[in-house]
Amino acid sequence: MNTKVLVAPSPHVHSGDSIQKNMYGVVFAMLPALLFSFFYFGLGALVVTLTAVASCYLFEFLIQKYILQSEVTINDGSALITGILLAFNVPSNLPIWIIIIGALVSIGIGKMTFGGLGNNVFNPALVGRVFLLISFPVQMTSWPKPTGLSSGYIDVETGATPLAIIKEGLNSGQPLSKLMSEIPSNMDLFLGNMGGSMGEIAGAALVLGLIYMLIRKIITWHIPVSVIGSVAIFTGILHMVDPEAYAGPLFHILTGGLLLGGIFMATDYVTSPMSNKGMIIYGIGIGVLTVVIRVFGAYPEGVSFAILIMNAFVPLINVYVKPKRFGEKRK
Amino acid sequence: MLKTFSIGGIHPAENKLSADSAIQALPIPQMVSIPISQHIGAPATPVVKKNDEVKVGQLIAKSSGFVSANIHSSVSGKVFKVDDIMDASGFRRTSIIIKVEGDEWLEHIDRSEKLLTEISASKEEIIKRVGDAGIVGLGGATFPAHVKLSVPPGKTAEVLIINAVECEPYLTSDHRIMLEKGDEVLVGTQILMKALEVNKAIIGIENNKPDAIAHLTKLATNYEGIEICPLKTQYPQGGEKQLISATIKREVPSGALPIEVGAVVQNVGTAYAVYEAIQKNKPLIERVATITGKSLKNPSNWMFRIGTPVKDIIEAAGGMPEDTGKIVGGGPMMGKALSSVDVPLTKGSSGLLLLPREETARKATKACIRCGKCVSVCPMGLEPYLLMVCADQKNYERLEKDAVMDCIECGSCSYTCPAHRPLLDYIRLGKGKVGQIMRARK
Repeated sequence: MNTKVLVAPSPHVHSGDSIQKNMYGVVFAMLPALLFSFFYFGLGALVVTLTAVASCYLFEFLIQKYILQSEVTINDGSALITGILLAFNVPSNLPIWIIIIGALVSIGIGKMTFGGLGNNVFNPALVGRVFLLISFPVQMTSWPKPTGLSSGYIDVETGATPLAIIKEGLNSGQPLSKLMSEIPSNMDLFLGNMGGSMGEIAGAALVLGLIYMLIRKIITWHIPVSVIGSVAIFTGILHMVDPEAYAGPLFHILTGGLLLGGIFMATDYVTSPMSNKGMIIYGIGIGVLTVVIRVFGAYPEGVSFAILIMNAFVPLINVYVKPKRFGEKRK
Repeated sequence: MLKTFSIGGIHPAENKLSADSAIQALPIPQMVSIPISQHIGAPATPVVKKNDEVKVGQLIAKSSGFVSANIHSSVSGKVFKVDDIMDASGFRRTSIIIKVEGDEWLEHIDRSEKLLTEISASKEEIIKRVGDAGIVGLGGATFPAHVKLSVPPGKTAEVLIINAVECEPYLTSDHRIMLEKGDEVLVGTQILMKALEVNKAIIGIENNKPDAIAHLTKLATNYEGIEICPLKTQYPQGGEKQLISATIKREVPSGALPIEVGAVVQNVGTAYAVYEAIQKNKPLIERVATITGKSLKNPSNWMFRIGTPVKDIIEAAGGMPEDTGKIVGGGPMMGKALSSVDVPLTKGSSGLLLLPREETARKATKACIRCGKCVSVCPMGLEPYLLMVCADQKNYERLEKDAVMDCIECGSCSYTCPAHRPLLDYIRLGKGKVGQIMRARK
């Protein structure tokens, strides 16, 4: 019995969970939406996704190796997620050089300046997306029509998103009932048959991803349900007050990347609160801000801004919203 | 829906390898070393000296206060020496080392197998004799049993809860006791009920032991006031506060004892030891332990004499496997890693687990990705990620404010963390320091 044994404090076993398992789990959950975007936008979707992912990996590698001179951790899967999410958030005909700038801003400014994975305050993909939206408003809002697998890359027919149609129509004084006839049916919206950025269009695929992540326990229901639920309630109330001025809840849920944001971006581990109560407050904040921006603001869509604004509140939420302690006296 | 506790919890692989192995008697060793501190509280005071002859069951160290416990000889023979030796904690502690000669028991101990259901002892007598017999909580905490039975003035016990959860993976000693000593456990439970003057007892068993639930439910019809409560398998349900929450849906307030909500919790093994002490005059000189591990030849359950060296039980189970990386006294979640196989098995030894090197090696720590999983599994509703950071930064004020002292050290956070962060290591460090500061303030 001369075996050398380890002496360490308990626990002596581990669940086997790892950062990679969670990150690649999220990637797997995004696959249906990715396949849908290839199906609707063809070649363009493929070019945009590959460019975004490759440049995210490259920038993370270069920054870690040569600027920070720290351990290179590109294998953790987080750069892959940022790349795919960035691609999901842009039109499928976006020129390659703009995508590369987006990736640099996402990884460089959104993530690495804060110290890398785990330390960033804002969702990196959204930082990149909003930067592009403000810098290249024309390219970022010319949405290709979903014409199918044979679609080309740059030379495609473009059109407005449903939210933009409604916004401009209402601004020029047209009644909502007339505008609604110009946009695709709810079923088409759910299946993604509309103009928009790559990942936002296919509600069905995004919901499939959500179900997968819930089953695998990668995320909990708190954020997606509170984001989508609060949008439904808020727009429902507005719709009841004046059905000619405000579109109904289903329309708001199925358009403008609300599902993409609520399922894949608001739930980003690093930039969302730690406790269940905190997650619900954060989710409701995103839902309410989204509706306020969409309905009363200048932009037709508000999910990205709403998430980034609520990201900034996360540290505050973590300090003031504590989980329910065991044995705490009920007030 | 099966009952379970209110917040958090995990479900690690159960690995109850030895569940079907009946309890066997471990051969008496040639030499036993019996530490005088095998319980929470003041160490006992030795009452024997070198060369004294002792018999099985004879008092060899006397309780030295209210929170302390008597120690009895587990063998017959001659005291070899009273000396400091290393025990399972890794520290050198005073132990009474006895050279075994024969197996001669004190005469008043009833060694027959006959079941005695008639309880003649009075409440006061029971509490006194439980104390005399040196009985401590056998679930692993080893808190002297008579202290819990002495309800403080102004408080009343409403219900006795018997902890038969055995939520630690691998361990099966309580499971076997229920199957093989079911009647004795139930009589023991009734003795405890009498001592506490309660007419209700609940035995909480996790539903990964359906045979034990069925067996005790059948037997319990013969005993008044005992209810068997099947529970959803969920770690750390064997924690006192968690078990109370699971069985009677009451939450013991932070810093308070179970009696605050009218409950007293005793382990199922303790109930058996109480039966033996009151009905058979037998002090706590032996108990059941599981020896287990995936590479072990023969995972099994043994009745051993207190003070038997760890290596004996390993030999009995087929010897130490080649790939052993860690020897754990207790279960994989809360057990203590041993540094030697020469240390003695004691009153608190519920099992011994030999973990293969690959299974127990810690992986490299990564940056916290703030996934919140540690918060969601914490059964006390704490924020392990935050406590770790505060402990690291020596921010003891914040640690205290964020309830670090509520931590029951179950290890669910470290077990779950996808970044392999040693959360509990840091929290323990912080707890120790905050405890010191709080005591200094008093």
